[in-house]
Amino acid sequence: MSSDPIVMQRGSLALKPGYVDHAADALRDLRQRGDAVDFQLDHHHDAASTIQLGFWIYLMSDCLLFSGLFATYALLNSHTAGGPAGRQLFDLPDVLTETMFLLFSSFTCGLATLAMNADRRNATVGWLAVTFLLGLGFIGLEVHEFAHMVAIGAGPDHSAFLSSFFTLVATHGLHVTCGLIFMAVMMVAVMRKGLTSTNRARLVNLSLFWHFLDIIWVGVFSLVYLFGVTH
Amino acid sequence: MNRSARTWLARFCRLLPLPATLLLGGCHWALLDPKGPIGMDERWIIETAAGLMLLVVVPVIVLAVVIPWRYRASNTRATYQPEWSHSNKIEAVMWSIPIAIVAVLAVICWRTSHELDPFRPIPSTQKPVHIDAVALDWKWLFIYPDQHIATVNEVAMPVGVPVVFHITSATVMNSFFIPRLGSQIYAMANMETADNLVASVPGTYRGISANFNGDGFSGMTFKVKAMSGDDFKRWLARTATAKQALDADAYRTLEKASENVPVSYYSNVTPGLFRQIVMGRLAPGRLMADAATSTARRD
Amino acid sequence: MFGKLTLSAIPYTNPIIMGAVAFMAICVVAILGAITYLGKWKYLWTEWLTSVDHKKIGIMYLILAVIMLLRGFADAIMMRTQQALAYGSNMGYLPPEHFDQVFSAHGTIMIFFMAMPFIIGLMNCILPLQIGARDVAFPLMNNLSFWLTAAGAVLVNISLAVGNFSRAGWLGFAPLSELHYSPGVGVDYWIWALQISGIGTTLTGVNFIATILKMRAPGMTLMRMPVFVWASLCTNILIVAAFPLLTVTLGLLTMDRYLGMHFFSNSLGGDPMMYINLIWIWGHPEVYILILPLFGVYSEIVPTFSGKRLFGYTSMVYATMAIALLSLIVWLHHFFTMGNGADVNTFFGITTMIIAVPTGVKIFNWLLTMYRGRVRLDTPMLWTIGFLITFTLGGMSGVLLAEPPADFVLHNSLFLVAHFHNVIIGGVVFGVFAGLSYWAPKIFGFPLNERLGRWAFWCWFVGFYVAFMPLYALGLMGATRRMDHYNVAEWHPLFIVAAVGAAIIFVGISLQVAQVIVSIAQRERTRDLTGDPWNGRTLEWSIPSPAPAYNFARIPVVRERDAFWDMKQRGVDLKSSTFVPIHMPRNKAAGFIIGGCAFVLAFAMVWHIWWLAIAGLAGVIVTLIRHAFDDDRDYHLGADEVRRVEGLHGRVEARSM
Repeated sequence: MSSDPIVMQRGSLALKPGYVDHAADALRDLRQRGDAVDFQLDHHHDAASTIQLGFWIYLMSDCLLFSGLFATYALLNSHTAGGPAGRQLFDLPDVLTETMFLLFSSFTCGLATLAMNADRRNATVGWLAVTFLLGLGFIGLEVHEFAHMVAIGAGPDHSAFLSSFFTLVATHGLHVTCGLIFMAVMMVAVMRKGLTSTNRARLVNLSLFWHFLDIIWVGVFSLVYLFGVTH
Repeated sequence: MNRSARTWLARFCRLLPLPATLLLGGCHWALLDPKGPIGMDERWIIETAAGLMLLVVVPVIVLAVVIPWRYRASNTRATYQPEWSHSNKIEAVMWSIPIAIVAVLAVICWRTSHELDPFRPIPSTQKPVHIDAVALDWKWLFIYPDQHIATVNEVAMPVGVPVVFHITSATVMNSFFIPRLGSQIYAMANMETADNLVASVPGTYRGISANFNGDGFSGMTFKVKAMSGDDFKRWLARTATAKQALDADAYRTLEKASENVPVSYYSNVTPGLFRQIVMGRLAPGRLMADAATSTARRD
Repeated sequence: MFGKLTLSAIPYTNPIIMGAVAFMAICVVAILGAITYLGKWKYLWTEWLTSVDHKKIGIMYLILAVIMLLRGFADAIMMRTQQALAYGSNMGYLPPEHFDQVFSAHGTIMIFFMAMPFIIGLMNCILPLQIGARDVAFPLMNNLSFWLTAAGAVLVNISLAVGNFSRAGWLGFAPLSELHYSPGVGVDYWIWALQISGIGTTLTGVNFIATILKMRAPGMTLMRMPVFVWASLCTNILIVAAFPLLTVTLGLLTMDRYLGMHFFSNSLGGDPMMYINLIWIWGHPEVYILILPLFGVYSEIVPTFSGKRLFGYTSMVYATMAIALLSLIVWLHHFFTMGNGADVNTFFGITTMIIAVPTGVKIFNWLLTMYRGRVRLDTPMLWTIGFLITFTLGGMSGVLLAEPPADFVLHNSLFLVAHFHNVIIGGVVFGVFAGLSYWAPKIFGFPLNERLGRWAFWCWFVGFYVAFMPLYALGLMGATRRMDHYNVAEWHPLFIVAAVGAAIIFVGISLQVAQVIVSIAQRERTRDLTGDPWNGRTLEWSIPSPAPAYNFARIPVVRERDAFWDMKQRGVDLKSSTFVPIHMPRNKAAGFIIGGCAFVLAFAMVWHIWWLAIAGLAGVIVTLIRHAFDDDRDYHLGADEVRRVEGLHGRVEARSM
């Protein structure tokens, strides 16, 4: 979030009159004195790639967070304490619809990135909006599923299995919600300021985040739901 | 050698074993003066491992003082090689010394972890005594399932006979530990652990919970009375005359939190009480635990 | 309206707590009053609280660490006096419910709010300078990390005055930390303080990994990085790998306590053993997160003060990586006594012992670096030698505890307490003091008083042995940890000796406070005008002290491992005649505001004040979004300004002035 200064480094140096000349003069002067090999006046590191590296590291740590929740679920999923197990609770067609929402949203998110690369602002925002709606649909279905389970007396406080199920799935849902907020902010930002370098870097991060959540959901779908109804 | 020097030497020699006396002589060095074979083996491991490591640790500590002193800046006669920073030979030695020691320790680790596994029955010609131990807030309940008696904060055992403690908790995690006899093991709700111990010397030893468990922690000690086989029989007989019986109701009263609880005895223990406790069926105000999923391990 | 919070939450009736609260209140009021009197609020706000300068953030971390050291040490003194008194009929002066809070607070504060801020502070102050960078990768996130940590620290200390703190130990083992056994707000304070500061630490990890991987000066290949940078890299990788697990563990405990779930409860299928596993899967890497950067610090100090290259750099780097990797697969040695079975115990016992190999190699490396050097015994070096001796002993007792059957009798005993204080005081605490006295000229522009520093060292060194050798003995006598009272006569003298040791350490800490005051008072006389007071070897010594806001007017090109030493050997001129504008990040209030909102959120959650919690959360989100639309984030420091600042330090070539 605080990365923009670096993104703007090159641009601003080039934009502000006089700076480029100044730097070039200084470098020429250094060379004449022969110690240019020991010092550089300015040292550009690739700013956009630093931000992306940072975001990747964050995603890895988030991945470990989910691995903790998956491990917890794997351990506790048999601890039903005499209450209902997954196969009595999970409704595969519903979950499949949910999954499709998210998979398609990943696809449309990819289209948004393509539109961004083609410098098409309105298309970018449009595809983001579609992604947003699909994501919202996913959250809606999830909330519906939770509400149903709580209503039939299978809330998270009824057994260790249910605790771990609700926590794992809801943590993913919470991430999707954060992604939706991120997406809404980006739609406004792109509408207001266009596809600036800052917005582009953020859109790349947003799509990374969104695809990451998709991958996590594939894990949830296989380990929790598919495994749950077959065992 | 003149006379005064000889007396001085004699005095000095008399002083020599003093540190050792201080270290080992007193009977209060529980872990270094164990009263049973398990504790003896564990002491051997502590001493052997410490001895092995001291082979490196002592020279390192000496060098950590000697080298900076020898090469102090004011000592300009000492060799100075500011660029010397690498030597394959020295580095090979440097890696191999700790590797060698750790290798030996690893072998000890492998062997003794298996031999001294608290779950492992102690080989003996004697039939083992079974005692169930339950950690409560904040006292220990001991049930003798074969004799149908129970005690609080006191446990008697015959010398030379292996004792199998079956351990659980009706509250938070505790750790069942008799320092003089060796190995501790956790006491955990809804499950059963075991500790195989044997006393070889009669006496009264201190037992504790070695895992912090709340306000009454410090007072949660029990007496371990190791006695001869005959004394043990008499102790069983005497305890069997205790007035109080221990059924589910009496247990529920006992289970309520209390601190610094004095020793008490129960006769007529309801059979299967321990199993009920392990299953969590007697837990007040708690729903029945899922017996199927949290079964006792190694049971 | 105020959830569980009522006026009765303030422990009026407890004179000890109220005394401490009054003392803290007086300190806070005095500081606030002084700031107002001196008219420094604006300066404080614009130059410090909102600063994105890694050096200033580093100093704020160090200040936090020192304050928390004093608080945590006060707890230590209370425990030592209680145990020295509470034998037989004397129950001491702390009832169990208070004593239990004291040791829980001591551990929590010392690890999370003393040791962690200390090492992160040192990294902040020094790491970018060592790699020739002008800042960290994400400067504002750095500021946010600090404020999240500070919010956690404030929360822990607020618990003293409002409500109470956890009584479940520094790791809050379940099921003791479950609502059923700990119904008060204490555990909730503990959870939220750790949760928000833990998130801050994770962000720090992300920040420093990106900084080290992306922002090194040209020519500084990985194998030319100073060992402190290597150690920090490994540490931050461990942070990113381990802290999410802390977040999960605390999160699950929160679910249990707030929503009645059953992760770690004794009923309905909950599994307390899982808590112990999860917390140690984070907790064991955590202790290496603490010690690794200090291994780096020693690796900087020893070559500098020996006037010699570090022996076995490559070994050192591989040893550091090996330790970092191994630290992830040893967590089970914290509970060999849980009945995991012999095979599992053996595996974790052996992996633990293997850590002694790379650690031993490091010790040999340091010894061989001093060998045939010209060793100057200044304070940083005294701490280092003290470390070599003490840590070796601590390592030995550690390997001893790694033998599962030995652990069966030593687990949870005072032997264990002595062991981890042996490595944490001997390794971490000595290390941060060594690092502070070494880098003080660079961080503050003036050195710490040498004479008081030496005295403080000797007090700490002697005090440590007097305080903790008795605990080793007590452990072998079968004394367990966390007792507020005991009845064994033979233990009593040893507890008294241990209390005397704590008193000696207290003298050491007092001397350090005096050292700071004296050093500040004498700063005009002792100012470091050279930028290189110790004849240093790494890049931080190539720039003026204290480092200017932009660190490097010109970015150095690295040719050798000891980059600055190499420059000095070749007679490279540090003065310059030409300057260019330098691109700088602008100070922002967002980090402070988010930290503040996180504090409000946490406090409200502790007391179940739901509307306030929602307000706090909304504050966090709104601040983040507002920041996203803030484009005024950077500026250029003009070439003339750079020339002026460099000129102050005599770094401008005469012909161009």
